[in-house]
Amino acid sequence: MKDINDTPIPRTDPIQSATFTNPINAEIRRAAATGIYDIRGGGAKRRVPHFDDLLFLGASISRYPLEGYREKCETKVTLGTRFAKKPIELETPVTIAGMSFGALSGPAKEALGRGASAAGTSTTTGDGGMTPEERGHSDKLVYQYLPSRYGMNPDDLRKADAIEIVIGQGAKPGGGGMLLGQKISDRVAEMRNLPKGIDQRSACRHPDWTGPDDLEIKILELREITGWEKPIYVKIGGTRPYFDTTLAIKAGADVVVLDGMQGGTAATQDVFIEHVGLPTLACIRPAVQALQDLGMHREVQLIVSGGIRSGADVAKAMALGADAVAIGTAALIALGDNDPKWESEYQKLGTTTGAYDDWHEGQDPAGITTQDPELMARFDPVEGGRKLKNYLKVLTLEAQTIARACGKNHLHNLEPEDLCALTMEAAAMARVPLAGTEWYPGKAGF
Amino acid sequence: MQTFDLESHSLRELNSILHAQKDDTNQTSWEVINARGSHAIAVGLDAPIEVTIKGSTGYYCGGMNKQATINVHGSAGPGVAENMMSGTVVIEGDASQYAGATGHGGLLVIKGNASSRCGISMKGIDIVVHGNIGHMSAFMAQSGNLVVCGDAGDALGDSLYEARLFVRGSVKSLGADCIEKEMRPEHLEILNDLLMRSGADAKPEEFKRYGSARQLYNFDVDNAAAY
Amino acid sequence: MCGIVGLFIKDKSLEPELGALLTDMLVTMTDRGPDSAGIAVYGNNTNQLAKLTVQSDNASDDFATLDTDLSEAIGVTVSTRQKDTHAVIEIPAAKIAEARQILSDIRPNICVMSAGDSIEIYKEVGLPKDVANRFEISNMSGSHGIGHTRMATESAVTTMGAHPFSTGADQCLVHNGSLSNHNSLRRKLIREGIHIETLNDTEVGAAYLTWKMQQGSSLGEALESSLEDLDGFFTFVVGTKDGFGVVRDPIACKPAVMAETDQYVAFGSEYRALVNLPGISDARVWEPEPATVYFWNH
Repeated sequence: MKDINDTPIPRTDPIQSATFTNPINAEIRRAAATGIYDIRGGGAKRRVPHFDDLLFLGASISRYPLEGYREKCETKVTLGTRFAKKPIELETPVTIAGMSFGALSGPAKEALGRGASAAGTSTTTGDGGMTPEERGHSDKLVYQYLPSRYGMNPDDLRKADAIEIVIGQGAKPGGGGMLLGQKISDRVAEMRNLPKGIDQRSACRHPDWTGPDDLEIKILELREITGWEKPIYVKIGGTRPYFDTTLAIKAGADVVVLDGMQGGTAATQDVFIEHVGLPTLACIRPAVQALQDLGMHREVQLIVSGGIRSGADVAKAMALGADAVAIGTAALIALGDNDPKWESEYQKLGTTTGAYDDWHEGQDPAGITTQDPELMARFDPVEGGRKLKNYLKVLTLEAQTIARACGKNHLHNLEPEDLCALTMEAAAMARVPLAGTEWYPGKAGF
Repeated sequence: MQTFDLESHSLRELNSILHAQKDDTNQTSWEVINARGSHAIAVGLDAPIEVTIKGSTGYYCGGMNKQATINVHGSAGPGVAENMMSGTVVIEGDASQYAGATGHGGLLVIKGNASSRCGISMKGIDIVVHGNIGHMSAFMAQSGNLVVCGDAGDALGDSLYEARLFVRGSVKSLGADCIEKEMRPEHLEILNDLLMRSGADAKPEEFKRYGSARQLYNFDVDNAAAY
Repeated sequence: MCGIVGLFIKDKSLEPELGALLTDMLVTMTDRGPDSAGIAVYGNNTNQLAKLTVQSDNASDDFATLDTDLSEAIGVTVSTRQKDTHAVIEIPAAKIAEARQILSDIRPNICVMSAGDSIEIYKEVGLPKDVANRFEISNMSGSHGIGHTRMATESAVTTMGAHPFSTGADQCLVHNGSLSNHNSLRRKLIREGIHIETLNDTEVGAAYLTWKMQQGSSLGEALESSLEDLDGFFTFVVGTKDGFGVVRDPIACKPAVMAETDQYVAFGSEYRALVNLPGISDARVWEPEPATVYFWNH
């Protein structure tokens, strides 16, 4: 009789769990070893329905396109027309989102100012106050008014072109921040009135008001201090955009800044970034609905941010009803963040080009998200500024290209009806018909 | 003395006139009547002028003050002297929540009691309260001095950084990372000066000092519950 | 998010002024709540009858023959007094439950605002001054009253979404803040048989108190347990037949100012609401402590 052991038994292939994946298991081991949640920079990395799931319907016979090199497609936008004596006029609707000095180096902030100014748009301060580099190189500078009030002072407030009251951001709506000790250099410590080298904790609520009824009074105070000249923006993280936009308008905002979950941060818990908030795509229509319901669409401007990368994204956000967009992560990449030329150094940090997100640790090989003098010296703010200007120009040209193809002489004339959706999810979130149909989920008649 | 009546003129007019005063103004003395709890009175001033407000004020009186001396002959609403940079704000009555929030400099004197969150996130301001203060006062206070001649409420100095807290009476409870500390001669000197400048009838020796245990300065898993 | 005012009269000579004083206080809080306004007035009842305050969006039709129709249906003569979209039905207390049942049959579009011996609730969408004028609140006298101006956060701006919410006979509640566990609590209360009409968080707070009191708690005890069971931010003012109470959540961010003299106890979301009260400059003014129940009774 033949021993069955002589015949090899067919075996199953090893199967990786779809639930307990290698990255998940690695995180469990990391948590078990350290006892602290993972902190990182950037925005949501998971795939969520996005602008890529929308397409434009160009003109053909029923509509007529504009001639690209002859017929004008305007890109100017004015922000803050509701109450401010001095609204902000921009050449392009692509602005630079708030990023702090502290999170970014002084030269990186300078480069943002140079690039944005050359492209005719605005930059925004962050949780750390206004630096002379940034003010000096920014034609239009939006001053963020944050829960921490680090570096907050009335002189800088009066120097600003607009004031942005930050209530939340897409990466961490409802959360505060954490800047680890490595980045609290002498200069950062002085600007923030903190001891050098400690972990800086940022509050999640403003210290002297809570809720829309108080916010209305806070806005009054800021307007009184600055003589009703400057537009007051209110920035919210995308979670309940209809209600939050409504309340920002009722409280007296000139501009609502709405940041979806792909929007970045300098540092917060990974679990927060990946599991709290709405995809940018899903934020826009409810916010625009709120503006329309109050008769304030275009009267109060809407700036959308969170994962804007191309002129197509710009055009899609505007078609859904935004007046302008803001870019953060994309601007850093334009400056040189995560550039393959630093691959060997990313490897040394245990990461790779495109995945580097430990912006809070201050070891950025590209010299952008750091306060280390040697690393900072690698970054040339003039060259960085030029690259950012080029990139902003491309975003604008791309958006114009699409708008002309749709027969629009102004980016603002793009409409939801110029779009179709590739997926049911995107159709539902953007309230745009599924490609080739007249229908989107929630609309009767399927 | 210039008198400004908030019943017959608008807040905007008042603040515009006060903002128009520069360092060398000869109109250094102002009186505001009929305050009636209005918000944002005398905010954003930046000149060495004296403003006396008759009646109680609403939110943010004296907000972001620089140089000016502001006296409120009444009580102050939430956020009085918030983010003050320099100068002096004196409240004859009580102050509501958030008094002196995030203040960077100057002196805030509250002759009555202050409510919750007095000195929240203070960044260099000196605050002297003749009476008591409410809960969560000096939360995340970064620097400056908070002097309380009466009692302090719950969770004093929670998540404190380097601000110094001096309390004469009882403290209902201390917040996370806030501890009683030794009173050294330099602290008695600071206290003496602040008590004198604020007209408080108290002796430095009667106070206890509280400050940060500095256990939350760099993350340690054993302290995670305190975050 | 809202403005709250309340006035509890100690000195009877001030009772004829209650409506006028409350109206002034309410209008001052317009900035905090421009969407809708409401007021509960506790009037002294002289004729021993209970009161049912009802509202209709089609008042002229619904109220025209309401007194005769209702009298006929329950076999007792009732009188109605119409004020704009509201009407107060005066009726023997023993007949209240029956009248409510019959009303839902013969006037299905009518909403009951309040029921009790002395309470009348008036609330509508619109600016506080317009709402107060429509119901001629300033002519009303009474022993105490509570007013509310609303800036809606998440639920709809409607008459039924306006405060005060009635929590039971002669009881009402107003709220400034935002509850964060009201959906789960609403489902639980509905399972417990409590009637809830709107998706408003405050109505859940009110229904919670009703439920607790049905379980045998006093109003004070119900307020104490609300500190345990309600999550989020709140300053509540509640009214009862004899008095009113105040409670703030343990974080106590939403503003609250109180004033007391020999003549009255007053509540305002801001001091501005109190400035026209008689003798305010000599009143004892203070802010209620977090997580502490305050109560004043006649």
